[in-house]
Amino acid sequence: MKIGATLFIRSVGKSFGTRQVLRDIDIDIPAGQFVSLIGPSGVGKSTLLRIIAGLEPLSAGAVELESVNPRPDIRMMFQEDRLLPWRSVLRNVTLGLRNGDEQARLMLSSVGLEGREDEFPIVLSGGQRQRVALARALIHEPDVLLLDEPFGALDAITRAAMQMLLESLLARRPRTVVLVTHDVEEALLLSDRVLLMRDGQIARDLTIEQDRPRHRGDPALAALKEELLDGLLAAETAH
Amino acid sequence: MSELSLDLPGTTKRLDVAGSTHRIVVAADPQNAAQAQPGEARSYGWRLLPWLLPVSIVLAWHVLSTTTNIFAGVLPGPLEVVDAASQLAERGELQRDIYVSIRRVAIGFSLGAATGLVLGVIVGLSSLVRGLLDRTLQMVRTIPHLALVPLMILWFGIGEEPRILLVAMGTLFPVYINTMGGIRNVDPKLIELGRSYGLNSLELVRSIILPGALQPILVGIRYALGVAWLTLVIAETIASREGIGYMVQNARELLRIDVIVLAIILYAIAGWFADLATRLVERRLLRWHPNYAKGTEP
Repeated sequence: MKIGATLFIRSVGKSFGTRQVLRDIDIDIPAGQFVSLIGPSGVGKSTLLRIIAGLEPLSAGAVELESVNPRPDIRMMFQEDRLLPWRSVLRNVTLGLRNGDEQARLMLSSVGLEGREDEFPIVLSGGQRQRVALARALIHEPDVLLLDEPFGALDAITRAAMQMLLESLLARRPRTVVLVTHDVEEALLLSDRVLLMRDGQIARDLTIEQDRPRHRGDPALAALKEELLDGLLAAETAH
Repeated sequence: MSELSLDLPGTTKRLDVAGSTHRIVVAADPQNAAQAQPGEARSYGWRLLPWLLPVSIVLAWHVLSTTTNIFAGVLPGPLEVVDAASQLAERGELQRDIYVSIRRVAIGFSLGAATGLVLGVIVGLSSLVRGLLDRTLQMVRTIPHLALVPLMILWFGIGEEPRILLVAMGTLFPVYINTMGGIRNVDPKLIELGRSYGLNSLELVRSIILPGALQPILVGIRYALGVAWLTLVIAETIASREGIGYMVQNARELLRIDVIVLAIILYAIAGWFADLATRLVERRLLRWHPNYAKGTEP
């Protein structure tokens, strides 16, 4: 079984015109680690994620991926579901696959959408659409899963359900995950490590060692949350 | 208590006033609930509604032309038109003219629409080709294609070619413009998604760009069908020996108003069929789209 790939982010820099968004970022992410990127908006979290995904050219440095897999695979899930409205739920999941129907049905039932395969995305709720997007990303068994605020637009209850779903799917099949979020609690519940970004750089690198499953009320997490929020606030004012 | 206007079928809304308290009540109205069911569940009366106006007009026309003589010598009654149709049909002329006209529209439209579609896709996708072609095509587009009639006759004589080419030119540009615009307006986020899911260029066009541009493309095709018939009317009145346009031309010389009216009705029916066909295609191809999913009556 694959346990993801190791990511080396080496002196990565990115400028849009004269504005430098990322400067000299160095992170090693070991295989199977769940890393969250938090920070004020506009700090370059999503840009870093898009650079890792190969969707954005970088201005300096390099991103390396190391895996036992001969063709390491990275999949990204976006804040918007980006489902193709003209394809059925099943056909959205099989996008880019040949003969993936059986697998897609299994994947859809593991995200709780069995029986909805032939419907069009338009009839699904926001949470259900993100479940389809998650199934579409996971069906490729990616070594690295990149999540760009995928639950940001969902209501609190749906979001909690999606977090639990993600956690249980990853427990079954671990892989390297990088999550961009503005929700400190989400980062603390899900990740092994939280990176706080500030001014286009990594300001804090925090390892979260609490056992799973974690609970929102956990006092140790609450203390960490307090600390991170302070860091965020400082970053916001510096920004 | 007063009824408020509300357009939700199967629902009533009213305002209750008791002393100084105002209360708005929105309630289900089982009597009109059938209307709330879109699509199939609609009643017979609803389905017949679009026919009400055309049938009444024909009826009024019939009654007026049989009981009064205000149309005498100007407009024959519907029965006379039917009579003219059956006479022409007996001689086999009606079938031949309809067949020839449909054939011209079909060939010309297919040629023009296919060319417009291919050009629109290429120009929409490639900025190089756009830079090369778009200015010229936009310039040619503004030339009224019917202005080319004399030139066409000089070049191609009075055979089938000028007629078919004119229809093709009339259909090319509406399809071209809508296809190109539609393709350039496809959500770049979906294209990025396709790329990040490893689709090659061909798959990207087939799975994301064409379906994303389908709605404007169909609008273009629908409009082009109208232009095709319009062009044919003109093209067939010039030095033609068969076709509906020839039928009209001939009838004018013989002062057969009934045949002229018949031709106009034939054009209307053809237009209606063309529209029906495109609607069916739209409903099938755009069934994922909320605006086309239900309730669009043919």
